[in-house]
Amino acid sequence: MTQPLLRVNDLVKNFALKGGILGRIVDEVHAVDQVSFDLSAGETLGLVGESGSGKSTTGRCILRLIEPTAGEIWFEGRDIVKLDAKELGALRRDMQIIFQDPYASLNPRMTVGAIVGEALIIHGLAKSRRAIEERVVELLETVGLGADHMRRYPHEFSGGQRQRIGIARALAVSPKLIVCDEPVSALDVSIQAQVINLLEDLQKEFGLTYLFIAHDLSVVEHICTRVAVMYLGRLVEIASSRDLYTRPLHPYTEALLSAVPVPAPRAKRQRIRLEGEVPNPINPPTGCHFHARCPIRQLPLCSTEKPQLKRAADGHWVACHLRG
Amino acid sequence: MAGSTRASPIVEPATGVPIAVAAPRRHVTPGREAWRRFRRHRLAVLSAGILMTMIVAVVFGPLIWRVPINEIDFAAMLESPSWAHPLGTDDLGQDLLARMMYGGRISLAVGLAAMTMAVVVGTLVGAVAGVSRGRVDAGLMWLTDLFLSLPQLPLLLLIIYLFRDSLKEVAGPEMGTFVLIVVVIGGFRWMPVARLVRAQFFSLRERDFVEAARALGASTLRQVVRHILPNALGPVIVAGTIDVAAAIIAESTLSFLGLGFPPDIPTWGRILYDAKDYLDVAPHWALFAGGAIFLAVLSINYIGDGLRDALDPRRVM
Repeated sequence: MTQPLLRVNDLVKNFALKGGILGRIVDEVHAVDQVSFDLSAGETLGLVGESGSGKSTTGRCILRLIEPTAGEIWFEGRDIVKLDAKELGALRRDMQIIFQDPYASLNPRMTVGAIVGEALIIHGLAKSRRAIEERVVELLETVGLGADHMRRYPHEFSGGQRQRIGIARALAVSPKLIVCDEPVSALDVSIQAQVINLLEDLQKEFGLTYLFIAHDLSVVEHICTRVAVMYLGRLVEIASSRDLYTRPLHPYTEALLSAVPVPAPRAKRQRIRLEGEVPNPINPPTGCHFHARCPIRQLPLCSTEKPQLKRAADGHWVACHLRG
Repeated sequence: MAGSTRASPIVEPATGVPIAVAAPRRHVTPGREAWRRFRRHRLAVLSAGILMTMIVAVVFGPLIWRVPINEIDFAAMLESPSWAHPLGTDDLGQDLLARMMYGGRISLAVGLAAMTMAVVVGTLVGAVAGVSRGRVDAGLMWLTDLFLSLPQLPLLLLIIYLFRDSLKEVAGPEMGTFVLIVVVIGGFRWMPVARLVRAQFFSLRERDFVEAARALGASTLRQVVRHILPNALGPVIVAGTIDVAAAIIAESTLSFLGLGFPPDIPTWGRILYDAKDYLDVAPHWALFAGGAIFLAVLSINYIGDGLRDALDPRRVM
């Protein structure tokens, strides 16, 4: 088997909580807890989970916008956790990010041309002002905007258009991997479809690989080849999109899927309601993180032993003592 | 606000999210948009007009009103306003209009220079603290708190006593005092700006567009200069206008205490100080000087108000 483009190995990120007058570390938020997965070139891996499950933190660790606490991130055969500042600068050309909130992700005091062209200047990808301008126009046209938008400011655009500008900015360095951090969650449904289609077209055109972070499972089903489900910092299930949606194994995945709205109001369906709240990541439950809310738990096994991700079927992995 | 609620032609249908797309103008730069919003603040526009008039008067006035500021005429002591002396005369028969215009130059220059200094120092300290965090930040904020807790007036007096004479020798009596007063006033007014800038940096550096720049590989300097600083400056400009007013008052205070410029150089504060003994005989003397300070400070504060509203995009104008 060929080497994956990205391999994440036991990624851990703890955020220190400081307190007291001396600013000592009094506690830690376990945002990401030993997450591992592979991502092959040209693939789209969905990363789903409710808020606070650590999916955005995982994405930002991969880009090294957040320094991981432990673990390895192999990208094209190099462990990028160990890169120094200069090598990291070069890596920025290979990985990019698209943000959730199109209103916060564009600098309100820069023109669209300057926003999209900034990467070209930073990495010296265009030699002259003319060359930068030509490339920016090309990028804007790629995402469905026009050359006349170049001299405008972000506040003159709608949410969907702003998200297109954000995509053009990410494309400027011709990256191989793009982390899409809930790129359509803040958009209106009709615009969501446009942006998703654009992302799919771009993937075909440029051979992009996406790590697609989302909490909307119907969006993920549409765009992703494989899906990984996170709960409270841990990966609980990872499978191909079709497998996960037709034969979910982990009880949490089942509950998530049963919460997806279907466009058939009279359809009979069983809704799995989870009891309680997501536990506090400062003090996560022992054993399986999900055991307190799990409908099929078996005590004391689930509350003492941490379930490992194990292979249930070809390409289908699940972290549950009782399933798979 | 009927004029600004029209939908723009570039809005996608059914976006659902309210967006601040203004009129169908081609493209609105933030500067032009701010100016449009500033103009809606009537008091600020009026104040800007008054301040501009004052500046023009003190800069070009002496070219037209060619009466010397130190021509002593005991025949015309403490005269009320007349055609010969539109603002009256002081106890030595010196023309008050000429002295007010000359003093206005100094007072306004001190105000603007001290503000510039406070803003530059404050922005620098705040930016370094905001970017570096950790120990550097803690140290700089400790310094800021130290400066904030110092008793300012006694210290000001002490510094001026200590350094006035040596500076006068280097730069001449007028320039030396000017530099000293600007440094002293500016040096005691940078702390609020530093805290403001630091707070702005802390919130801005976590914003998505700064993170995007970081993801693009922008250096820290580039992130600060291109992304954080331009977005942090709105409140700083406003704080700066208030500093101008405070510096004019501080200079007046020093002159009033006899510690500002040499007695023969008129400033608004000095004129007020000299006038205080003649309040019952020649009230016009104090009134004009006090009125000028009052008007300048008030209008600068209103301009600050207007700028704050104009630069805050969340406020609907």
